[in-house]
Amino acid sequence: MSISSKIVEDFVNNNIEFVTTVPCKQLAGVIDNIETSKDIFHIPSNKEDEGIGLCAGAYMGGKRSAIIMQNTAIGVTINTLVTLTQYYRMPLPMLISYRGELGEPVACQVEMAVHTKALLAQLNIPTYHFHDEKDVGELNAILAYTFMCNKPVAILTDATFWKGY
Amino acid sequence: MIRSEVIKQLIPVISDHLIICNIGLPSQELHLLDDQPSNFYMLGTMGLSSSIGLGLALAQKGKVISIDGDGSVLTNFGTLPTIANNVANNFILLIIDNGSYGSTGDQPTYAGKKTSLSAVAAACGCENVVECQAEDAAVTMQAALDSNEMTIIVCKCMSGNIKVPVITMDPVVIRERFMKEVEARNT
Repeated sequence: MSISSKIVEDFVNNNIEFVTTVPCKQLAGVIDNIETSKDIFHIPSNKEDEGIGLCAGAYMGGKRSAIIMQNTAIGVTINTLVTLTQYYRMPLPMLISYRGELGEPVACQVEMAVHTKALLAQLNIPTYHFHDEKDVGELNAILAYTFMCNKPVAILTDATFWKGY
Repeated sequence: MIRSEVIKQLIPVISDHLIICNIGLPSQELHLLDDQPSNFYMLGTMGLSSSIGLGLALAQKGKVISIDGDGSVLTNFGTLPTIANNVANNFILLIIDNGSYGSTGDQPTYAGKKTSLSAVAAACGCENVVECQAEDAAVTMQAALDSNEMTIIVCKCMSGNIKVPVITMDPVVIRERFMKEVEARNT
């Protein structure tokens, strides 16, 4: 089974039924699998804070939701994470493409990569970093943990994990 | 008519439905006039009332009304194509357009100048866009509810505010009682 299929299977097994995405080359396979999944409603968003709003609404409507985005979006979504997701205590798995790590061909991506973990730590967001392929084995537990604690949780997936960008 | 009068006029029509209410004075006015579990008050996060409302409408059966403002829609313009392309016929977006950022001191917005939010919504692909004057807000809302079709209402009104107390309810309490109400309506 491909990593993308395994990720979407874990989403489905954790009853995630509503996923919003902002595109990323590294996560293209996951996004394709989300789009074709019969168990998940896929709603692309134009900006990540909009996506987190959609997820908040779906969660209050009784559907577990998740967002797929790039780490550049941490800069876009801080206010929303703090004043909506955290303030109202809502669970939100964030599957994040960790651009700007080893193997990155685009220099500008490094500029946000160096701030990514520091920002997540400052926001008290539990953060997991998938670097080796076997790390995906923890996803099921991370998703269960997210819905146990009602917090946004970040899963950073880098280029080595995806075997090149 | 100013926004608080529009909301007051709307209450008999919208009171039975799920409401996602915009940050600042709109939430404070709705809280003062008609507090109940079916109201979700945004205490922060300017711009996301329509996104939260659409997510809620797509996830369950009850009718959802997002009360938004012109300034808030301007700050989250990306919401309009998302709404247009993900039709939820149990969703109504009410944009109370007073041409100003009311909660921050009535600074003018571009919607009060050259920019038409109803034209933008239509250009984004929204199929039922209605622009009305403040006096017709209740009639227009009732027609949108009766149509059972996703509708964007742009309600033009005057700029201006009344004095209202801030909402001191804990956010988790607001969310929890709202979710219980949503669940009860869907069982």
